Amino acid sequence: MNGSIHMTLNGLEVSVETGMTILDAARFFGFPIPTLCHMEGLSPYGACRLCVVEIGDAPQSKLVSSCTYPVEEGLIVRTASARVLRARKMILELLLASCPQSKVIQDLASEHDIRQQRFRQEHEDCILCGLCVRMCEEQMMAKAIGFRGRGEKRSIGTPFDIHSEVCRLCGGCIYVCPACQLRCTYTEPDKAICGGCVNISPPCVEKDSYDDMMCYMAPCVACEIKKD
Amino acid sequence: MTPPLNSLEVFKTFQQHLANGRKADHRTIVVSAGACGLASGAQKLIEALQAEMHDEDSAARVAVRVTGCHGFCELEPSLLVEPEGTFYPRVAVKQVSRLVKAVACGEVINDLLWTDPDTGKSVARMEDLPFYSKQVRKIMGRNEKIDPVRVESYIENGGYAALVKVLERGDPGWVVEEVARSGLRGRGGAGFPTGVKWRLLAKQSGREHKFLVCNADEGDPGAYMDRSILEGNPHCILEGMLIGAYATGATQGILYIRNEYPLAIAHVRTALEQAYEQGVLGNHILGTEFCFDIQIVQGAGAFVCGEETALIRSIEGKMGEPRQRPPFPIEQGIHGEPTGINNVETWANIPLIILEGAENYAGTGTSGSAGTKVFSLVGKIKNTGLVEVPMGITIREIVYDIGGGAVDGASIKAVQTGGPSGGCIPVSRFDLPIDYDSLAKAGSIMGSGGMIVMDNHTCIVDVAKYFMGFLKDESCGKCYTCRKGTQRMYEILEDITEGRGRKEQLELLEELALVVKDTTMCGLGQTAANPVLSTLRYFREEYLEHIKNGQCPAGVCKALISYSINEHCTGCGVCASNCPTEAIAGERKERHSIDASKCIKCGNCRSACKFNAVEVV
Repeated sequence: MNGSIHMTLNGLEVSVETGMTILDAARFFGFPIPTLCHMEGLSPYGACRLCVVEIGDAPQSKLVSSCTYPVEEGLIVRTASARVLRARKMILELLLASCPQSKVIQDLASEHDIRQQRFRQEHEDCILCGLCVRMCEEQMMAKAIGFRGRGEKRSIGTPFDIHSEVCRLCGGCIYVCPACQLRCTYTEPDKAICGGCVNISPPCVEKDSYDDMMCYMAPCVACEIKKD
Repeated sequence: MTPPLNSLEVFKTFQQHLANGRKADHRTIVVSAGACGLASGAQKLIEALQAEMHDEDSAARVAVRVTGCHGFCELEPSLLVEPEGTFYPRVAVKQVSRLVKAVACGEVINDLLWTDPDTGKSVARMEDLPFYSKQVRKIMGRNEKIDPVRVESYIENGGYAALVKVLERGDPGWVVEEVARSGLRGRGGAGFPTGVKWRLLAKQSGREHKFLVCNADEGDPGAYMDRSILEGNPHCILEGMLIGAYATGATQGILYIRNEYPLAIAHVRTALEQAYEQGVLGNHILGTEFCFDIQIVQGAGAFVCGEETALIRSIEGKMGEPRQRPPFPIEQGIHGEPTGINNVETWANIPLIILEGAENYAGTGTSGSAGTKVFSLVGKIKNTGLVEVPMGITIREIVYDIGGGAVDGASIKAVQTGGPSGGCIPVSRFDLPIDYDSLAKAGSIMGSGGMIVMDNHTCIVDVAKYFMGFLKDESCGKCYTCRKGTQRMYEILEDITEGRGRKEQLELLEELALVVKDTTMCGLGQTAANPVLSTLRYFREEYLEHIKNGQCPAGVCKALISYSINEHCTGCGVCASNCPTEAIAGERKERHSIDASKCIKCGNCRSACKFNAVEVV
């Protein structure tokens, strides 16, 4: 897979290594692309759609998720065209309407100038980005959690909703979660928004398992509850 | 043990022998017994016919053949008498005995024939019925000739001759080019040229396996063309796949059939067993060097598994959800091996192309869309059923000439083509020719062939809501814009139909629909906005009527209508006795009235009233 290809990135002629994704290339050259379901070290998934970029020449151009699209010779990419920005704003508006407590989503929405919220307010604490599932499988080699259901019934959990024997309580799933980061910043109130996370039920781990928690994070809500 | 058909010569002799064995003076009663025929009572007919066959005199002169669907669902259970082609619609069990005797004597029973409602004349021959006369039934027409559970019946009718032709010629490249020249495009909906796909698959070299898949995960509401082919003529799919395998060098075939089609699965399973037994499938097919295996994989009830990358994951035993392309399945499909996926109807066309020759095949249809297409014509129309028409025919011809137009004096408003991913085409554009490109330009898609007719009693917003509800439930939920986008579009449509809609929501709906179309991962999401976008394009007024005036012109949206009883009421009391909530009161022989606070708007009173006295306002 060695070698390099030439492509046009936001009007710039660049040469990048084959095997990279558009996202890698754009970030390498300093063009920011927001992502929620992408993390270095985990396989690309393409679920949050925030990273869409426009490829090809109009009128045949199309939007693709840059985190999964491999670079090709002669590819023309625009990471911030009007079409891309329109899509990105709509995705963020949808995210904010469903998951308003997430600091990450609030910040992204603010960066993208989302000033209105036209959808009915919901309070979900998971955007099903799948980072935790991939973390558990690919880095922790545990496969303790996975997806189930489809459409609006899709959710993440352990089989039969009982504690998984292969879960080592490493906390990796909490660590990578972009939506429930609140739980981990709670001890620093300036980063928290509403504090409602303490009452999230069910909590990420069962209360009597906290003692076994091998958490490498700054004290998280789970630990706070443990002290009670 | 070597199978009986162990060389091409033996096969030809066998085919000739079967063809010679036909008794010329024998009449055959053909029963249309697809899943739909059975549902409307064909099984009882079959039993009655078999009982009649106990009579030696009848049995000597009449034979019975149970076949797949003949296409005219509205008139099931129907019988066809060969060789004359006499068509008897809606046959009752008590008529069977009389019918068999008449058939044995070569007579036609006039009072059991179909009567043209316009002229009042009865029509004897199937092909003279207006429903059939405009069709070109190249694929469906074979259903009535073949007994789907007997391979001999298929071979007798020219089956596997295309495979023999290909094997004799011995040039895979020629087959690929022949299919390319025919102009055949994928019948699954997107219309990708089949020849191009095969060329790409044939080029994949140095890999251990190459898969060919028949996509029979037909999930569009109201569409059942593929089912009728699988049930009625399973061997033609196998033959198509065999030819495809020979052309592309594929080693493994998979028939992915949705679990909701038990009869289709049973028939295909029988067909596979018989094909292996006879030696047209497996190792050294018909004594040649060509080897190919086909197995069945049953779906598990997810609409999204009709999408090719989700289908591949499902075959691998994983959760049925799509992945981002590239890489395309043709390079990396099942277990990372090259995989070519075609729809049932596409495979059914392959033997035809080989037998007729590409040029002849391309003679039917238009220059960009060759051949015929089977549509399932359903909804508010007189003649529902499966219709096979040449590409390029107009929607008007299908709806009015074949379909017979609207029911009960209503007027047709639109047709919805392409299932939930398709769009609505209004009556003003019914002169549009049916081909891939024209439909796409009109904001719909060919899709797999669902065609749902809507009349003035159908609310367009309600239809869009129905399809969006379907997609919201069937979206796999992997990618955010499809999952949340369909949910939010449904939410807005629900608001509009329930009288809470606001003008700015309409703009939001359109904005969201365009983003969903633009940003989702797979075909399901990319087309999920079509029901909204196409109805907004042609029926914006109807949306606005709901929002601005709080009215549903079609009288469907319950929150926006109320029922009342007018002066035609004779006071018969039928409406009151049919009302589940006792909302209707009135003296006998006097005009009744409806208590709006109790009325749940179920419409029972309206359908029960014989005097058209119940109105929607």
